[in-house]
Amino acid sequence: MTRSRLSRTRSSQHDEETKQTTTTSSGGTAMRVIVPLQGVVQGRGGLFLGSVIPCALFYFLQLYLRGKHCDDPTDQGDPTRDPNAPSPSGSAGKLAELPGFPRNSSRNLLSPRSPRGPVLLSGRVNEMVKSGDSPYYAGLKKVLEDPYDEAGNPNGVIQLGMDENKLTLDLVEEWFVENAKEAILGGGGGGGGEGEELSISGIAAYQPSHGLMQLKVAVAGFMSQIMENAVSFDPSLMLLTAGANPAIEMLSFCLADSGNAFLVPTPYYPGFDRDVKWRTGVEIIPVPCRSADNFSLSIAALDRGFNQAKKRGLKVRGILISNPSNPVGNLLNRETLYSLLDFAREKNIHIVSNEIFAGSTHGSEEFVSMAELIDSNYLDRDRVHIVYDLSKDLSLSGFRVGVIYSFNNNVLAAAKKLTRFSSVSAPSQHLLVSLLSDTEFVQKSIKNNRVRLQKMYVAFVAGLKQLGIECAKSNGGFSCWADMSELINSYSVKGELELWDKLLNTAKLNVTPGSCCHCIEPGWFQFFFANLTERDIPVVMNRILKIVSVCKASS
Amino acid sequence: MNIHPNSKGSIFRRGNQPNPHDPTSNTRRTTHQPDSTKIHRNETHSATTRHSSSSNTPSNPPSPSSSSPNLAELSRTSSRLSLFSRVGSSGPVSVSSRASLIVRENDSPYYIGLEKVSKDPYDKERNPDGIIQLGLSENRLCFDLIEKWMVENVREAMVGRDGEHLSINGIAAYQPSDGLMELKVVKLRVSVTLLFMMIALAGFMSQVMRKVVSLDPSQIVLTAGATPAIEILCFCLADHGNAFLIPTPYYPGFDRDVRLRTGVELIPVHCRSADNFLLSVTALEQAYNQARKRGVKVRGILISNPSNPVGNILPRETLHNILVFAQEKNIHIICDEIFAGSVYRGEEFVSMPEILVEEFDKNRVHIIYGLSKDLCLPGFRVGVIYSYNKNVLALAKRLTRFSSISAPSQRLLISMLSDTKFIEEFIKTNKQRIQKLHHSFVDGLKQLGIQCIESSAGFYCWANMSELISSYGEKGELDLWDKLLNIAKVNVTPGSACHCIEPGWFRCCFTTLALEDIPVVMKRIRKVAETCKSLS
Repeated sequence: MTRSRLSRTRSSQHDEETKQTTTTSSGGTAMRVIVPLQGVVQGRGGLFLGSVIPCALFYFLQLYLRGKHCDDPTDQGDPTRDPNAPSPSGSAGKLAELPGFPRNSSRNLLSPRSPRGPVLLSGRVNEMVKSGDSPYYAGLKKVLEDPYDEAGNPNGVIQLGMDENKLTLDLVEEWFVENAKEAILGGGGGGGGEGEELSISGIAAYQPSHGLMQLKVAVAGFMSQIMENAVSFDPSLMLLTAGANPAIEMLSFCLADSGNAFLVPTPYYPGFDRDVKWRTGVEIIPVPCRSADNFSLSIAALDRGFNQAKKRGLKVRGILISNPSNPVGNLLNRETLYSLLDFAREKNIHIVSNEIFAGSTHGSEEFVSMAELIDSNYLDRDRVHIVYDLSKDLSLSGFRVGVIYSFNNNVLAAAKKLTRFSSVSAPSQHLLVSLLSDTEFVQKSIKNNRVRLQKMYVAFVAGLKQLGIECAKSNGGFSCWADMSELINSYSVKGELELWDKLLNTAKLNVTPGSCCHCIEPGWFQFFFANLTERDIPVVMNRILKIVSVCKASS
Repeated sequence: MNIHPNSKGSIFRRGNQPNPHDPTSNTRRTTHQPDSTKIHRNETHSATTRHSSSSNTPSNPPSPSSSSPNLAELSRTSSRLSLFSRVGSSGPVSVSSRASLIVRENDSPYYIGLEKVSKDPYDKERNPDGIIQLGLSENRLCFDLIEKWMVENVREAMVGRDGEHLSINGIAAYQPSDGLMELKVVKLRVSVTLLFMMIALAGFMSQVMRKVVSLDPSQIVLTAGATPAIEILCFCLADHGNAFLIPTPYYPGFDRDVRLRTGVELIPVHCRSADNFLLSVTALEQAYNQARKRGVKVRGILISNPSNPVGNILPRETLHNILVFAQEKNIHIICDEIFAGSVYRGEEFVSMPEILVEEFDKNRVHIIYGLSKDLCLPGFRVGVIYSYNKNVLALAKRLTRFSSISAPSQRLLISMLSDTKFIEEFIKTNKQRIQKLHHSFVDGLKQLGIQCIESSAGFYCWANMSELISSYGEKGELDLWDKLLNIAKVNVTPGSACHCIEPGWFRCCFTTLALEDIPVVMKRIRKVAETCKSLS
């Protein structure tokens, strides 16, 4: 910044001596050059200025000469250019390069009055603009353009890349038909005036941005129920947000400063790259887990990740785990959780435990919530934060209700202020209060969800096995994590993405390649099956088979 | 209304409790927390130096100690300390320094008042001594209309007509965010666009011109309320440490919307009572140059039209001048038009799209709208970004993953907004009722000798009580505010919370009242007014 300013003022001096007096602002900056120059001459400036100023002068000279050669019109036409004006440098160049964001060529026609070029966006958004084209998002987009439909579009792309659960949608539908109106308005439509007035102001008027207390109580009850009453949740430690994404964003904002880092075991949910990093400036340090251990987390790997980060000068502020893990679907056992707690205590860092699939376990293994350990242990609660999402276990993805459950008062206080940016719409909150208070429905839903999930899982894994594709052992979540490394041409990310491309464009299946989940072993793919019906499975397998036979034939 | 039990503590705790992460209480902390590690101290220290610029706004909100009656009952300290003491040798884990800044940030009287009302709200029958809410910008005048519509239509809206196949997918199935979601809310976007056109461009009778300024649903991004809409725009338009110019007095919430997470500064551009608090471009120019001298990069102007506390409307000419100014300085304009449909007096409201003619570079213009004010639906939390800048739109869509609208509400709104007859009727009735209430509220204040600025939109009176304050300064103003809140039990917003440069102005939101409440309010204000006058 100072350097460019220096050179620019020098340029106007060299350009024409007379220009120096035209504006006071350039005179002021010229003084800034002259004063340190005196300092250098008199030996007060020190080594730094002594080296910077000659460099700047040299840099300017180059610019000047080049300007002379090219006869740059902008330079000549606007010599008194204001050094503080937004200059279309750096970030603008980056924006222009981006594919998919064509700059409007007609813009110049629209703005004859602005000689300085288009108005710029902030520099920090560049990262966000760039990160849009990962296969994960490209695949989702593709499905949206051409979605498979058994009757309407049988050649469309089948969605196996989205963590959506449609298995108990019929139950939700049934409930809705019966209860929607009462749930929103409360009481029968034509009831007493007093009660009704209350209910309308409950929907339309301002509500606390962190969620209605009734809903928190209901959610706490529901979460306990999912965890088979092993834990009781305290509604006053709970904040509701518009989905799990903002919940994670808020936590990373509250737990780490820009430039700090979280340890995250890989493979991880591709969305974390956005949730944790984008607006908060927090970094993710991947902690690789390997197929040899069935991708389960080891403390040794965490320790390595921590130490490497320290060497790089990064401050690690926490660990972000998913339990059940998202692409793989395995559960963290009690022992691992305890050693995680020990590790966090030793390093004095936070633990964010993402338990959005807590109610979607389908194996025999027991799910242990981080809250359970804290409950029985009562030690060190301040460092544990749990994220939950109502949408997964209840097939209610569109509702977008996330939960932050934290034992740390400071985090709760800060996050509460942040919920103003991401609160849940009141009608949905009221709907959910009634839905969750209907114990019969909730029990039926949880039970059916588990049963159907298991059935689908077994069928899907068996189908893949027949094609010679093995899956990692999984006990929860909506997906299986399949090893297709034998089908890829080269054992690398490139080979993996080639296969992904074939699956997407030839077989018309959108799956998530392991590289999007930052898996270090190439050839792994995530298949979400919870938004399929059983009838779809043979279709999917047929499509995979085509690719498998092509790949095997060519290798 | 349920309020989180913790919130009580979180608001006031900072005033009287040594916070282990608070560098200002270092000395006290050592007595409480002998084993805190050095790291924490360094960290918090560096954070304060880094953030000091942003927390040094010209008129710092007062510390919550002014509302001292509450402080005694709050004692959360002990429970937390006992928690900490159980922790091993490593000491308590610290939150990020920016979070502790947020926690520690003094609440302005605006938030303290709101908090206080929620604990003891006035109710004619059940709690006649409770606090009357004049501080929350909420319109309750037309709840009956909404309710009537809901009772008639909610079932149909949510589950479809009888006999029609219910598509539960529309409610429960995934609405992926990342802008992909945006594709699915097309229907709602179209309805909102039509609504905004109906409201904002209503004065635009010429058929030809209407075609020119018609809005495009693809330029809309929907968010969970206008609050995140503003934050998202700030995030896209300015970097940490950059600034927006903002005419004062302004909506107190902007301080949080703009600064809290984005680190963008607000530079006040003072408007004065002599000009009826209308913005002048000269003042803009001055503020811009001052910011430049301080080395702050100004990235845009944030204006509210109709303005929030004052309730006046920017004339066409001023809007034009602002556009010219922005073009000259090559900066953005965010225009908050959330009250566009609540203009109750004859004056012509000019929406930004109307004057955005060819000579201007549209890429710098971004409009904020929402359904909470004009449709009396703050609980629904629907905000709108209408931008002419393709890059901003693309980014904002991606950021909606953090702030999306719940699907059932979308569904309800689609039906409600497509009922044009209802909406037209609603807007008309709403305006009439606001006007009526405004009239009698201003009249009531006048009888107490309190003058209001002539306003033509919004839910507020901007009242001049400078004759009632004991000292002509912020302190005097807050003394009066405190009296109004604690003695008269009326929660109003003091001008200093809106960063008004002249002391003694108060914002009274009257749309939460019924007509018969007005005498009660006036009686309560009179009590305070009389004691103030007898003192002076």
